[in-house]
Amino acid sequence: MTLTLRKFDPLLPLVGVAVLVAVWWVATAAKWVDPVLLPSPATTFEAFWKGMDGGRLGFDFMKTVYRTVMATMIAAVIAIPLGIILGSSERLYRSLEFVIDFFRSTPASAMFPLFLVLFGVGDETKISVAAFGAILVILFNVAYGVMNARKTRLLAAKVMGASPLRVLIDVTLLESLPQTFVGLRNGVSLALVIIVVAEMFIGSQDGLGHSVFEAQQLFDMPRMYAAIFAAGALGYALNLLFLLMERSFVHWGGK
Amino acid sequence: MAMAATQPVIRPLADDVPSSPAVGAFGKRPHVTIRGLSKRFDKAVIYDNFDLDIPRGELISVFGPNGCGKSTLINMIAGLIPVDAGQILFDGMLLSEIKFGYVFQNYREALFPWMRAFDNIAYPLKLMKVPAVERKRRTEALVTRLGVKLDLNKYPYQMSGGQQQLVSIMRALIVEPEILFLDEPFSALDYEMTLFMREQLQRLFMETKTTTVLVSHDLEEAVYLADRVLLLSRYPARVADFVAYDGERPRTDATLSDPDFVRIKAHCLEVFQREVRRS
Repeated sequence: MTLTLRKFDPLLPLVGVAVLVAVWWVATAAKWVDPVLLPSPATTFEAFWKGMDGGRLGFDFMKTVYRTVMATMIAAVIAIPLGIILGSSERLYRSLEFVIDFFRSTPASAMFPLFLVLFGVGDETKISVAAFGAILVILFNVAYGVMNARKTRLLAAKVMGASPLRVLIDVTLLESLPQTFVGLRNGVSLALVIIVVAEMFIGSQDGLGHSVFEAQQLFDMPRMYAAIFAAGALGYALNLLFLLMERSFVHWGGK
Repeated sequence: MAMAATQPVIRPLADDVPSSPAVGAFGKRPHVTIRGLSKRFDKAVIYDNFDLDIPRGELISVFGPNGCGKSTLINMIAGLIPVDAGQILFDGMLLSEIKFGYVFQNYREALFPWMRAFDNIAYPLKLMKVPAVERKRRTEALVTRLGVKLDLNKYPYQMSGGQQQLVSIMRALIVEPEILFLDEPFSALDYEMTLFMREQLQRLFMETKTTTVLVSHDLEEAVYLADRVLLLSRYPARVADFVAYDGERPRTDATLSDPDFVRIKAHCLEVFQREVRRS
């Protein structure tokens, strides 16, 4: 009995989805909640589908994807080399650790006004604030990945006659890769959060944040929920993308 | 024997065991000469003005009390840790002028998990800027010569512990080293694999006749594999004895009950226990 059920185990994650949709459907059908505040699953899905299929939501979605990806890429290009340099010298990292930790702990949203002054109200501001937040997260993880590279492995390369530069390229970089991916995943999640908030409040004309905010202002609730789900799906997809990248790059991870 | 255990008799250490002084006893030029070696960790003096000759083409086992500096010795000879004072020469040359191989105890951390076994073995050649075609040829030649049956397309984490350590040993041998260091290479393996790897190491040694220095924490293994057993005292380490064992190779399970083997092992144990008690 249990054995025959086991083959359905990969479908287990769908149970939660089904339960959620069912409760939602019952709640709206039985009019437990005001249908204006919470439209039915069918209405919401329709709004989502129409919006994504060549509609406004699809356009906003792509805008947010573009900004998040840009911010993460800029952050990675700056933070990875910097993290390697900082991680290579523990004393250098210790001297900057407080500064990094301080700004890593500062809510990036508190930096909006500063970046507005620096870059104006365009895309640059949103992308650069998000990049700023992501840089510190990635930097911190890369530096730790480099610092925690297995000493035996570094020694093994050294004893075989590898120069310090070769040890860095052939061993340290690969040793730090799993931690670098942790940083990238956290970085992209943070970048998405910052971008969506920025799209709501920094004079934005598009993007998922703008879409949610505008729908709320217009009291177009199905559209608002559709935009929220689009943002959720985007966050999940980005995380999954980096996980899949990690699995193919770091095939030895955890083994 | 039971008598000896209950009623310890003080007798001179067996004269019938062939042992040599630490320095200048081989009648030929030693391969490695160590003179005036000193090393301290914080306040502990591990080596103080230590001298030793290592003969060429022999397998030397290093054995001694825990923490006496067995691994420290080969790590200093192989340049993994700096010496405080003293000189180590290889046929009159410095370490930087010779080719050598080093096998770590922890193969899991010593191999590169992102490389296939083949690339792990060939990595030292890559460092020497040997072209890829030649690397492939030499790695295959080594595999054939050693008669190793391994799928070299696997990644280290897809292999058993023994196979991984075999890959480490091959990585050390690929440069055709003049001297090979092994730091307790089998201590992380289960017993079955340890026995198998001893045979592998013996075969490699018979095949290559490379001067080999093996740190071991297992006396039976130390004697079984060795041409000479270097017995160290507690730190500051001195040579407590340097015992030769010329049992014929290949040595087998029968060797373990061979009177010569038993006698030498008993002698080494006696020296070891004398050194352990001396505190």
